[in-house]
Amino acid sequence: MNRITKFIVLDILKNKIVLVYTLILSILSWSVFSLEDNATKGLLTLLNVILLTVPLVSVIFSTIYLYNSSEFIELLLSQPVKRARIWRSLFFGLSSSLLLSFLIGVGIPILVFAPSDVSMMMLLVGMFITTIFVAIAFLSSIVTRDKAKGIGISILLWLFFALLFDGIILFLLFQFSEYPIEKMMVGITALNPIDLARILILLHLDVSAMMGYTGAIFKDFFGTTVGEVVVFAILLLWIIVPFWTSLIKFKRKDL
Amino acid sequence: MIEIANLHKKFGKLEVLNNINLTFNKGECIALIGPNGCGKTTLIKSILGMVIPTKGTIKVKEQMISDHYEYRRHIGYMPQIGRYPDNMSIGQIIDMIKNIRKSEHELDEELLQRFSLNKMSEKRMRTLSGGTTQKVSATLAFLFNPDILILDEPTAGLDPLASEILKEKIIAEKQKGKLILITSHLLSELDDLVSHVIFMQDGNTLFHKTTGDLKQSTGEENISKAIAHILKRNNNE
Repeated sequence: MNRITKFIVLDILKNKIVLVYTLILSILSWSVFSLEDNATKGLLTLLNVILLTVPLVSVIFSTIYLYNSSEFIELLLSQPVKRARIWRSLFFGLSSSLLLSFLIGVGIPILVFAPSDVSMMMLLVGMFITTIFVAIAFLSSIVTRDKAKGIGISILLWLFFALLFDGIILFLLFQFSEYPIEKMMVGITALNPIDLARILILLHLDVSAMMGYTGAIFKDFFGTTVGEVVVFAILLLWIIVPFWTSLIKFKRKDL
Repeated sequence: MIEIANLHKKFGKLEVLNNINLTFNKGECIALIGPNGCGKTTLIKSILGMVIPTKGTIKVKEQMISDHYEYRRHIGYMPQIGRYPDNMSIGQIIDMIKNIRKSEHELDEELLQRFSLNKMSEKRMRTLSGGTTQKVSATLAFLFNPDILILDEPTAGLDPLASEILKEKIIAEKQKGKLILITSHLLSELDDLVSHVIFMQDGNTLFHKTTGDLKQSTGEENISKAIAHILKRNNNE
C-alpha cells in the first residue's frame, strides 16, 4: 500500500461513520440469521437488505468524502505527485475501507450461520457492489464542483439503480407482454449492477422457479459457467468504466 | 529556468490568460503585479500544473511540464489561501509532505523554528487563525530547499513581525541564487526584494522590466511610484 493510500485509509478509519456502518451491517446480519431458522431464507432476506443499504452507504459516503478531500487534493497537487496517483489512492483507500466494513459486518455472520457456496458468492457480489458504487461516486463528484449537486446526483443514481430501474422493467414487461422480449431482458439487466447481482444470487438459491418463463431464460443464461463469467466481467466493467471516466476528467481538471 | 510560450487559458468563455510569453532565470526575484482578476494566480497555478492551459507551453528547467510531475520537486509553493485537511495537525501535515517528497536534501527548518510552529505541532488545522495557516504554508514552501520559490501574496494576513521574518528569509534565499516569483499588492514591501517587475492586465503582460530600468525610465525612486507613473502615461495615450 502506498503512503498516500495509507493516509487516506487511516483518515477514513478514524471517521466514526464507517464504524457505525460496520455495526449496522453486523446487527442486521446477526438479527436476520437469528430470526430465520432456515439459512436459505435468511440469506434471501439478507440479500435484499444488502442490495439496498450497501450501495446507498458506499455511494453517499464516498461522494461526501471526495468533496471534503478537496483541500487534501489541492495540497498534494503542488507536490511532486502524479495526478492519477492521487485519484487512484483515494479510490483504493475508500473502497478498501468500505470493503473491510462489509467483510466484518456481513462476512463474519454469514460464515458463522450459513457457510456455503451461495454465501461465498453473496460476499463476492457484495464486494463488487461496494466497489461499483464507490466508482460511481467518483464519477458524480467529478462532474460538478457543487457539493450539494454532486451528492444529489449520487442519491438519484442510487434511487435509479435500487428502485426506479425495476419499475421501468416492470412497465416494459407489461407494455410488451405480447412480444418475445424475454431474451432482451437478459441484456437489459446488464444495465443495472444491482439487478445483475440479485439475479445471480437468486439463481444460486434455486428460487428461480418462482420467476416463471423469464426465470427459465435467466437460468439458461446465468446458470451456466459462461453466463457467470460474463456477469462478473460486466460487474468488473461497472467498476472500470465509471472510475476510468472520472480519472480522465480529473487529469484535465483545473484546481 | 522557467520558459512560458504562447500561454492561453480560457475558463468557459472568459479569457484569463491571453498569449503570455515570459522567461525567468536563476537568481531573479520577480514581482508579478496587476489589478485583481488579471490572471496572476492562474499563471502561477499553470506553472504548478494545477491549471491546465488551453494552449501554449511551459518549460521548467528545460523540461516541458505537461503530463509531468517530477519537476515540482524543484518548486516550493505558498498559496494565497492555504487550504489544508481540517482534521490533521500541523505536525501531521508537515510529516506527510516530508514523507511524500522523500527529499535527500537537508531540510530547511528555519521558518518552522522562527515562527515557533514546532511548539504547536499538535494543533489541528481547523483551529488555526488565517495568519498561522499562512505561516504553515510559508514553512512548507521553504522546507525542501527548492530552486524555485513561488509565493502568492506571501505577506497577506501575517503580522508585522512574521512578515519581516519572511522577508528576511526571501532575501536570504535570493542571495543563494534561487528563482523567486512573488505576487503582491503591497508594492512598498517589494522595494528591497525584487529585481524584476511584471505588470499584468486583462491576461496580458503590460511590461517586464528590471527594477533599475523601471526607475530610470520613469525617473521615480520607488516601484510603486514608477508603476503609477507608467499607468498614468498609458491612460493619457
